[in-house]
Amino acid sequence: MDFTYDSEQNDLREAVRGLLQRAYSDSERRRQVAGTDPGFDEKTWTQLAEMGVLGLPFAEEHGGMGAGPIEVGVVAEEMGRVLAPEPFVEAVVLAGGLVAAVGTDAQRTAVLGPLSEGTSVLAFAHAEPAARWSASASAVTATQAGDGWTLTGVKEPVANGARADVLVVSAAVGGGTALFLVQGDAAGLTRTGYRTHDGGRAANVTFDGTPAELLGEGTADRAADVERAQALARIAYSNEAVGAMDTALRTTSEYLKTRKQFGVTLNRFQALTFRAADMYVSLELARSTALWASMVADAGGDVVVAGDRARLQTSRAGRHIGKEAIQLHGGIGVTAEYSVGHYTSRLTAIDHLLGDGDWAADRLAASVDSYPTVDPLGAPYTR
Amino acid sequence: MRLQLSPEMEAFRDEMRTFFTTQVPQEIRDTIAARRHLTREQYVHAQQVLNAAGLAVPHWPVEWGGKDWTPLQRHIWREEMQLASVPEPLAFNTSMIGPVIAAFGDQEQKERFLARTAALDIWWCQGFSEPDAGSDLASLRTTAVRDGDEWVVNGQKTWTTLGQYADWIFCLVRTDPTAEKKQRGISMLVFPMDTPGVTLRPIQLIDGGHEVNEVFFEDVRVPAENLIGEENRGWDYAKFLLGNERVGIARVGATKKLIAQAKEFAREISSGGRPLSEDPRTTARIAELENELMALELTALRVVANSADGKPHPASSVLKLRGSELQQAATELIVDLAGPLSLASFADGGSQVPDWARVATPEYLNYRKVSIYGGSNEVQRTIIAGTILGL
Repeated sequence: MDFTYDSEQNDLREAVRGLLQRAYSDSERRRQVAGTDPGFDEKTWTQLAEMGVLGLPFAEEHGGMGAGPIEVGVVAEEMGRVLAPEPFVEAVVLAGGLVAAVGTDAQRTAVLGPLSEGTSVLAFAHAEPAARWSASASAVTATQAGDGWTLTGVKEPVANGARADVLVVSAAVGGGTALFLVQGDAAGLTRTGYRTHDGGRAANVTFDGTPAELLGEGTADRAADVERAQALARIAYSNEAVGAMDTALRTTSEYLKTRKQFGVTLNRFQALTFRAADMYVSLELARSTALWASMVADAGGDVVVAGDRARLQTSRAGRHIGKEAIQLHGGIGVTAEYSVGHYTSRLTAIDHLLGDGDWAADRLAASVDSYPTVDPLGAPYTR
Repeated sequence: MRLQLSPEMEAFRDEMRTFFTTQVPQEIRDTIAARRHLTREQYVHAQQVLNAAGLAVPHWPVEWGGKDWTPLQRHIWREEMQLASVPEPLAFNTSMIGPVIAAFGDQEQKERFLARTAALDIWWCQGFSEPDAGSDLASLRTTAVRDGDEWVVNGQKTWTTLGQYADWIFCLVRTDPTAEKKQRGISMLVFPMDTPGVTLRPIQLIDGGHEVNEVFFEDVRVPAENLIGEENRGWDYAKFLLGNERVGIARVGATKKLIAQAKEFAREISSGGRPLSEDPRTTARIAELENELMALELTALRVVANSADGKPHPASSVLKLRGSELQQAATELIVDLAGPLSLASFADGGSQVPDWARVATPEYLNYRKVSIYGGSNEVQRTIIAGTILGL
């Protein structure tokens, strides 16, 4: 057991942190970027590609860097630290991760190469307007048409759905769920983009006999692949949330030390400092869990359960820290020109993208009676 | 980064598990598992079994019986001991006065006390808190005045845990009332509990038990050589000691054991036509508690991995704060599982209520102490806010 980052991982962190802090040295810059379509900075996206970040988890033969979940977690945490709006988890970890897991060799090379180079943005079109978190699809159906397939139905909200060059789409086939690739300029594809509360972009994506390419071979149910890719994304989001919570707490502590009321700085009020201390406790427990979940993925353990555990812990911590960060600031915390409220907004978005704390707790609850104790260093978390 | 224990650590864990589950008498472990009180003889016997195998004081200097283990080994040792319901070596001996004497005592004191302290041939108790010195320990008023080759001690201590079993007491006393800072005028004295002028009075607690005491000192004459370390440096030793106290205080293994027991209890009680183990609200509560506990365990592992030269990591305050809350949450869960059965607290023969349900509420009430002792949770928040967040 070793919970320390190696020198290459530390170097990666320093490099990504340097790049992102140059890009988003002040929160005003992030507001500008978030205020203009596509909601992230294309130049920063290209720089991330040049650094190898966009191909981080993919095999070298498919244009990637061959790194693992620990490195993904490092990058996600740094993205969260400055609220970088570039869709690293969405495009690389989730959509790219599905292509890497399910795609044929030719599809991996064709899709992951350009993704890694920063020339093609991917999005996973999976959420459906009348459904909650699920690993299967029902609102879009796939029909075989000669050698190919067509899709019909609606996906919404699809993160970065309007900007994406290629969509990975889940659709109902027979009794199961299959995955498809749809080009952004495909016929019968209508995308209506809008802003999200956290400064990002999402879209209504409507398919009307839209030509699509089956991802992978055969139409066996891919729900388990979706579940696994979502679990890895949950783990990455947990790391992103840790970065965001860290900054939210740091910003709050600084504010308490400088803001004066009643003739003294706010850190003279124990009612406030004790609450900041509780935020620290939440942060450190979430940090441990997010790091652990990345290590489970790295060790080839059960990422679905580890993802649920990380989700539960960071959901509770994110809500606690996000709400308290605003409250301890007072009115300025809810203004758009000040940074801290945006952190709360992003933490709230992360909390609802792939399952919230109650949802994860319910899933974990279903099996608590089948084992006596949790051993985070043993089965099923290590092989 | 590596999640798995190394093969050596796996073997070490197996060795600990085997020892604790086979060498410590079953009757003693059953009593701990049932959350019932041990007799003095049982405490002593259990510690002597551990000590004979070199497992009572592995964190002490090697010269005095320590093992030179890594922080991870100590963590595994403690965790396996708790999971096996083995009573931990008496903290007053092994985590408090022993390490202080080993670090600050003179050679004569080390030879006189350490081996007997490890073996629990001397049972120590702690004379720190006073009626007007709780969280503000440095305001203590018990005095020691030098008279020839002796110190004369007058005053009162309180919350002296298991003082009724103790042979000796280690005491913080004010030796320089004129010191500019109140922390500077404090020394540490040790003396037998049967020294003339020492009176012990039990404090009855809300769980019905006798665990803590008041201790009164009236012209207690203590030989000068019983001063530990230097005169007026007692506060430094107390801080050193409390830092040690905090590291093990998360009690992750013990809470894990409680949750495992709670799952068994939940199967025994039915509600709405099904066992509580199938009730979604109950299982969700267990899942949340278990997840919080796992997060704490992982934090403890991170902290032990980063504790340099034996100094407690600042985040050890997180362990105390959250560890005590989770111990309390587990005891509360068990009371709630027992429901109306929990009223049979002091039932003896002739009751059909299972023993775990009888003991549930007294234990829950007793465990209110864990967020108070060892530096109350409010003190821990003060440390986190000040030391870590710079507030």
